[in-house]
Amino acid sequence: MFEYCSDPRSLEGLQWLSCYLTTATHFSFYWSFLTVLTLLAVTAPLALAFGFAGASAARSHVLPVSWLGRAYIAAVRGIPDIVFFLFFVIALDQGIEWFRHLFVCEDLSQPVWNNGEFRVCPAAKVPANDASPFMVSAYSFTLAVTTFAIVFGAFAANVLYGAMTAVPRAQLETAEAYGMSHRQVFRRVLVPQMWIYALPGLSNLWLILIKATPLLFLLGIKDAVYWARELGSAKTSGNNPYPHGDWRLFYFLALLVFYLVSTRVSEILLARLTRRLSRGQATRAGEDMRKGGAAT
Amino acid sequence: MKKLLLATAFAAIAGVASAQDAIKIGTEGAYEPYNYIDQATGKLVGFEIELGGELCKRANLTCEFVQNDWDSIIPNLQSGNYDAIMAGMSITDERKKVITFSDNYTPPSKSSYMAASADANTGEGAVISAQTGTIQAGYIAEQAGNTLLEFATPDETVAAVKNGEADAVFADKDYLVPIAGDSGGALVMLDKDVALGGGIGIGLRQSDTELKAKFDGAIQAMKADGSLNALIEKYFGPESEKF
Repeated sequence: MFEYCSDPRSLEGLQWLSCYLTTATHFSFYWSFLTVLTLLAVTAPLALAFGFAGASAARSHVLPVSWLGRAYIAAVRGIPDIVFFLFFVIALDQGIEWFRHLFVCEDLSQPVWNNGEFRVCPAAKVPANDASPFMVSAYSFTLAVTTFAIVFGAFAANVLYGAMTAVPRAQLETAEAYGMSHRQVFRRVLVPQMWIYALPGLSNLWLILIKATPLLFLLGIKDAVYWARELGSAKTSGNNPYPHGDWRLFYFLALLVFYLVSTRVSEILLARLTRRLSRGQATRAGEDMRKGGAAT
Repeated sequence: MKKLLLATAFAAIAGVASAQDAIKIGTEGAYEPYNYIDQATGKLVGFEIELGGELCKRANLTCEFVQNDWDSIIPNLQSGNYDAIMAGMSITDERKKVITFSDNYTPPSKSSYMAASADANTGEGAVISAQTGTIQAGYIAEQAGNTLLEFATPDETVAAVKNGEADAVFADKDYLVPIAGDSGGALVMLDKDVALGGGIGIGLRQSDTELKAKFDGAIQAMKADGSLNALIEKYFGPESEKF
């Protein structure tokens, strides 16, 4: 980074530190925070979409659809996260390759699963053997986002399902009295009103999602926790330009600050959102707002 | 019909062979000086990275190293995420049940103890730290009277000795010696070397006989012309065991 960094062994104090904190590995560490934030930004809406679909399906009047929704919620909520993240990702990855295997491979005589080994022809490999490093990380990132979305989607589905049933029956009845169809009631009355009931549960999920991001390393993505561990681990003087002892404590303190700041910022934003969503609702908070507004 | 089948089979094998020219090698990237992340550049470096590059050149393969957690390094080989393991993995009978190994590229390596003082107890009632799923952890587990304390990374096994959680750490001697040398006397090597396993080899899928033959050939050639010994000396010092 800086010119004087070419011989780190001769440096001391702040100069040494400035060089140490600007090594390529440290920049990977700084970037990994962005990876975490990107994952959150992509996963949250996707999980919400999964949740909405799951909840709508569970409420459906068509039995098979309702079963499907309920099965999704029950199955995913019942499986421990770590099992899901270890097993499901490998299963998803192998599933994709097996599916491609059926179509692009010429020789299908060999079993794909054999003696504990999983073999598809090279053409069916995802990502391909000669794929660029960017494609490889993009692929694993997509797998990670999908897995996170499915897991958190199931919890979100349950929250939204509860929120949908929490909307006062009187509101829906009134809508029906106006001659709205089932679908119109759902879209115009139920969905706009349910968010305020769903928000406490969803905000819990959001905070848990923030804290669950270190699971990323299980999926082969080098996240902030991986780099904190790697950079903080003791480095001997033989092969490392910047030898140091066990500094994991400092790196984990930095992580602590990052996660605390993220949750605090989320709390502030969620509080604002709650106020915004309460407006005009048939809830205590909404009622208070209405009266407060009328008094002024 | 038979001929046709045979021809298809050959074509299939040929297809596999040509595509195998580009292979991936899995490594842990946390085991100095075998394989680790270069502090300045963030790239994988170490004895096995340099050796792997040379072996691939000799075997006419295009190789790329990928990093994987030690815990899941064998399952990911099995499921085809990479085609070989070079991660300081000793050849043992237990691992041979699941995967196959190339010829060893280091002689049977010495494992050793490192502790806070030279008179540390490693016998009856001693708590010894070792990395999960390693040959050393297996050895400690078999010692009557020892309590095994397992950690996911090598670094944590050393930290356990520093903070008094374990009486000693048991690992590859080549890994521990530089750490003891750096500690300024806080950590010392105990004079109790144990030879374990059949040396370190490249871990491969059992069905990849062709890849194994290629690597075996390249390793034998490097043993014969002395270049492997030179590389061992470069990374592990002049006193290290050679072929």
